[in-house]
Amino acid sequence: MLSDKELQDINAELAHAATKASASVDALNIVQRHQGWVSDEAMKDVASMLDMTADELDAVATFYSFIFRRPVGRHVILVCDSISCYVMGYNPLLDNIKNRLGIAFGETTEDKRFTLLPISCLGACDRAPAIMVDEDLYGPVTAETMDGILEKYK
Amino acid sequence: MEQPLTKNIRPDQEPLSVKDYEKAGGYQSVRKALAMPPQDVQNIVKASNLRGRGGAGFSTGMKWSFVPMGTDARRPKYFVVNADEMEPGTFKDRLLLEGDPHQLIEGVIVSAYAIEAEQAFIFIRWAYKLATKRLEQAIKEAYANNYLGKNILGTTYSLDLRIHGSAGRYICGEETALLNALEGKRATPRAKPPFPQVSGLFGKPTIVNNAETVANIPHILNNGPDWFKDLSRSNDAGTKLYGVSGRVKKPAIWELPMGVTVRELIEEHAGGMQDGYAFRGVIPGGASTDFLTPDHLDVKMDYDSVAKAGSRLGTGTMIVLDDKTCPIGFVHNLIKFFARESCGWCTPCRDGLPWLEKILRSIEEGAGQPGDIEILEQHCKLLGPGNTFCALAPGAVEPLQSAIKYFREDFERHIKEKRCPWKIL
Repeated sequence: MLSDKELQDINAELAHAATKASASVDALNIVQRHQGWVSDEAMKDVASMLDMTADELDAVATFYSFIFRRPVGRHVILVCDSISCYVMGYNPLLDNIKNRLGIAFGETTEDKRFTLLPISCLGACDRAPAIMVDEDLYGPVTAETMDGILEKYK
Repeated sequence: MEQPLTKNIRPDQEPLSVKDYEKAGGYQSVRKALAMPPQDVQNIVKASNLRGRGGAGFSTGMKWSFVPMGTDARRPKYFVVNADEMEPGTFKDRLLLEGDPHQLIEGVIVSAYAIEAEQAFIFIRWAYKLATKRLEQAIKEAYANNYLGKNILGTTYSLDLRIHGSAGRYICGEETALLNALEGKRATPRAKPPFPQVSGLFGKPTIVNNAETVANIPHILNNGPDWFKDLSRSNDAGTKLYGVSGRVKKPAIWELPMGVTVRELIEEHAGGMQDGYAFRGVIPGGASTDFLTPDHLDVKMDYDSVAKAGSRLGTGTMIVLDDKTCPIGFVHNLIKFFARESCGWCTPCRDGLPWLEKILRSIEEGAGQPGDIEILEQHCKLLGPGNTFCALAPGAVEPLQSAIKYFREDFERHIKEKRCPWKIL
């Protein structure tokens, strides 16, 4: 069931939406902000608010890279794998992060602390190689600075 | 040298408040525009020769002129800022969004007024969290000071401006896909015609302009078309946000006169190559542009000059290929991106790009076969302009086709030696 705060936020979006369906991405983003991901149950609840079927809404949700349809860890590490970061050392950096956390892309650490995902160009090409942890951007990231970065996220 | 787009961006990139922005001359173009008929605003922008900074380079004034005007036009009309900057190697709009959000809002108001739009959106990419936060704050301030909302500055013109945060997909930057995204649908591109100017968001007249394009509008209004043309060192008007990334000493974005050369950007502004790295080539305008080589260093970075050299100005943000980076690995990275981001709507793109990715990966891993280069070449044609639903796949094959042209011996060596020669370095 959606929380009161989620309902309130989604209704605020619906209040100015030209059509209910046009609030779909906003509504999914709201649920994800509160729950970390979008479960099947949440999908059904949101769909009914938007006069959509859960499948229609899921078709929208799964189109996007950052609507999570599976649970993620408390923090999500996004590693930019696009061209400038590739040139500036993406491969060794990724190896370092994988070894440190013991997980591959798409996986979550056992303590549910981190999920590791690739992301397309972060628009931080002057700071390559770049990563994002939750909403924070870091770059250039080296094996040495990785320690300090991960420490901030418990 | 005048730098209208970045003059208010502080070294720490903390944005100006509305009050400080006004003190720096901000929002004057709104007063100026609202005192004249919308058509006059359009004419000024058309006369300035401003061309779209998102990559296509279409005349902004011309684009606006296709919007039905007057009382017969269907309403509401929409003005949309494309701030879905996701072209790999491109980091220019972020600077404008984070560093001077009021400049963008001012541009939105004047542009929306020029086409008589009553609703505006800023479509911003998922990953630009700081930019979103700063824009939200600036929009709040603009409403509080009556630059947005009902009866702006006591006139009869009203405008509502909202931010739409995307959920992350490259194709959303294609303007018709962006409109589907705003309607809450899967962001696949639409057939053209009808063009969005006539039938866009919710079937109503709509203009979609890139963020850098929109940021230029206040300055054109304030200073006039001739001033704007004089900023440039070439036939294309204005300044441009140029960027260089890769193995250069000082990767960054600079606002410079349109028409600086590739050499000036790399050698002067970016400080040249890092020690121990040599220049082999560059994709001049983001991931979907053809390579330029050392022979092209004196090409001017404007739309027509780069086109004449066989590539595109694109976003004006270049990525340098150095001699320690394998060109096949470089292109494989680009194609992998495009294959992942293909929306799947049309078959050549959905099936062709993953095939190219697999071939390039096998060449890079030493498993390339004789004939692979020819298959790649065929696909550069099959995925080229006219064979796909939108410009994603034709853009994707631009760096590949030119890599085969300029670095063919490297492709051949991988296949012949069954290894990547760069791997032992």
